[in-house]
Amino acid sequence: MRFMLLQNYGPVGSDCPPMTEWSPADIRAHIEFQQVLNRELVERGELVDAQGLAGPEQAQRVVSDGAGVPVITDGPFPESKELLAGYRLVDVETGGRAIEIAAQASAAPGPGGVPIQQPIEVRQVLSAPDPEM
Amino acid sequence: MSPGEVSGAGVSGAEMSGARSAESLLRELAPQALGAVARRFGDFSAAEDAVQEALLAAATRWPADGTPDNPLGWLIRVAARRMTDQYRSEDARRRRETLAASWSLATTAGPVPGEDDDARDDTLILMFMCCHPSLTPGSAIPLTLRAVGGLTTREIASAFLVPEPTMAQRISRAKATLKASGEPFTLPPPDQRAGRLRSVLHVLYLLFNEGYASSSGPDLARSDLSGEAIRLARALHASLPGHPEVTGLLALMLLTDARRPARTGPGGELIPLAEQQRSRWDRALITEGTSLITGALRQGEPGEYQLQAAIAAVHDQAASYAETGWPQILSLYGRLERLTGNPMVTLNRAVAVAMAEGPAAGLALLDGVGGRLGSHHRFHAVRGHLLELAGDGASAAAEFRAAAVGTANLREQHYLTAKAASLAAGGAEGSG
Repeated sequence: MRFMLLQNYGPVGSDCPPMTEWSPADIRAHIEFQQVLNRELVERGELVDAQGLAGPEQAQRVVSDGAGVPVITDGPFPESKELLAGYRLVDVETGGRAIEIAAQASAAPGPGGVPIQQPIEVRQVLSAPDPEM
Repeated sequence: MSPGEVSGAGVSGAEMSGARSAESLLRELAPQALGAVARRFGDFSAAEDAVQEALLAAATRWPADGTPDNPLGWLIRVAARRMTDQYRSEDARRRRETLAASWSLATTAGPVPGEDDDARDDTLILMFMCCHPSLTPGSAIPLTLRAVGGLTTREIASAFLVPEPTMAQRISRAKATLKASGEPFTLPPPDQRAGRLRSVLHVLYLLFNEGYASSSGPDLARSDLSGEAIRLARALHASLPGHPEVTGLLALMLLTDARRPARTGPGGELIPLAEQQRSRWDRALITEGTSLITGALRQGEPGEYQLQAAIAAVHDQAASYAETGWPQILSLYGRLERLTGNPMVTLNRAVAVAMAEGPAAGLALLDGVGGRLGSHHRFHAVRGHLLELAGDGASAAAEFRAAAVGTANLREQHYLTAKAASLAAGGAEGSG
C-alpha cells in the first residue's frame, strides 16, 4: 500500500519559532534527522520518494480557461501556511506502518532537540482495482 | 530519483526476439543454478546474490560472445567463483561464523543425499523457501521473483514502481529474516508441506493479482507480473502435477487472464464482465484452463482455488452475461462461502442470487450481511448493481457514490463515479 505523508508550512504542535530563528546546530540536527529517517526507510525497503518543495515565495499559481492566456499569480499567497512544504511517498505493508512513520517524522527535533510536533497528513495513494471488479 | 524516472525504467523498445529468448533461457535456468550453488556452499543468501550477479553477467556477455554450449554450467561456474572470491576476501574467523550460521546441508532432518537433487525439486525447495511463513507477502513476492523467477532487482523494482535501492533492501531484509528462521535448504518435512504449500499458492495468487489488476494504460509494465505468476504456477504444477489445488490455481490464472484483452477500454477504463466483448477472450487459455480444472475436480473435495477456477470456467464458457450458468455459479459460491467464511464471497454470491432468482432475492441476502459489511465499499457497489437491476436508479446512484468514496482503487473509483453519474442523470439503461 502506498501513502503520501504530507507536511505543510503551518503551525506546529510545539510553540517553537520559525526555522530561520534556530541556531545553526539545531538546523543541522533537524536536517540530519530527516536524512537518517530517509536512509532508514530505504533500508527497510519502504521509501519510494521524498522531496522538499521550494518555499511559498517562489510559488506560482496558474489558472486557465483553456482558450485565453493563463492567469499566473506570483507568491507569496495570503494562505501560504497551507502550502505543501514537502512529502514522503512510502510503500508499506499496512496503514498502521504509515502512521508509525508519520509519527516519527512529526517528532523531528527543533531548538534544543525538542520534538517540533509537525502535523503530518497521511493520505493513501489510489491503486489499481482487484481482479473480481 | 523521481517516481516518473523509476516507472520509465522498464522494457526498452529495442528488444529483439533474440534478446527475448536469451532472457527467457536465463529465467528458466536461474532456479537450477541457484539450487546447485546453494547446495554446494550451504548458504542460500550468499548464493542468491552470486547467481543474480552471474545472471547479470550472462545478460551482457551471451549476446556478444554467443550462448555457451552448457549455459547452466556456465552460470554455476561464474556464481561459484563469486562465492569463492567473497569467502576468500573475508577473514577466516568471520568465514567460520558465516558458514556456521548459514543454511547447511548437514542438518539431521535433511533428506538422503541424491534423493531430491533434480531441477524440479530445486524449484520447489526455492518456492517453499521464498514463500516462508515468516515473510510478509510484500517481501515474499519480490524474493520469489528474483530467486525462482530469475528477474533482476531492476526489473522487479520497475514492476513495483519503487526505486532499485529500496527494492534491493526489501529483498535483502527478506533473506535476513529467512536466515534467522534457520530454514535448511531442503523440502519441508512431510507433515508441514500442506501448510507451507498454502503459503506458496497464496503468494503466487497475490502476484498474479498485482499484475492483472493493473494490466493496461499507464501501468503497462506491471502486466508482466501476471505473466510471471503464470510461469511460476506452471513450474509449480510441473513439480507437483497431481496436486489438485496447484492445478486449480494455475487454471484460475489462465481462465482469468483469458479475459484480459476485453477487460479494459482504449483509455484503460474498466469494462465489467457484463459488458465485455467476449469474442476478444483468449480461447486457447480458456481451453487449457477448463481442461486443467475439469481434471482437478475429478480428484475429490475441491479447495478454494479449484472452486474459484470452476466459477471462472462457467463464466468463460457462457456466450453472454445473461446466458451464464448462474445456478451453477450460485452453488459454487455457496461451497466457497462455507469453505472460506469470507464475507466478500457472500457479496459475489448475492450477485449470482440476483441473476438466478431476481434482484429482490439478492438484495435480501445483502440485508443479512449489511451489519458486518455495511461500511465496505464493495458492499455498496454490489448493492448499487442490484438496485440498478431492480430498476431503482436513484437509490443505485447513491450506493455507487458511497462506493466511489470508499474505494482505494483509481480505476474502480472512475468506474463507480461514472456509474453514479449516469444513473443520476436518469439514463438508467438496463445492464447487459
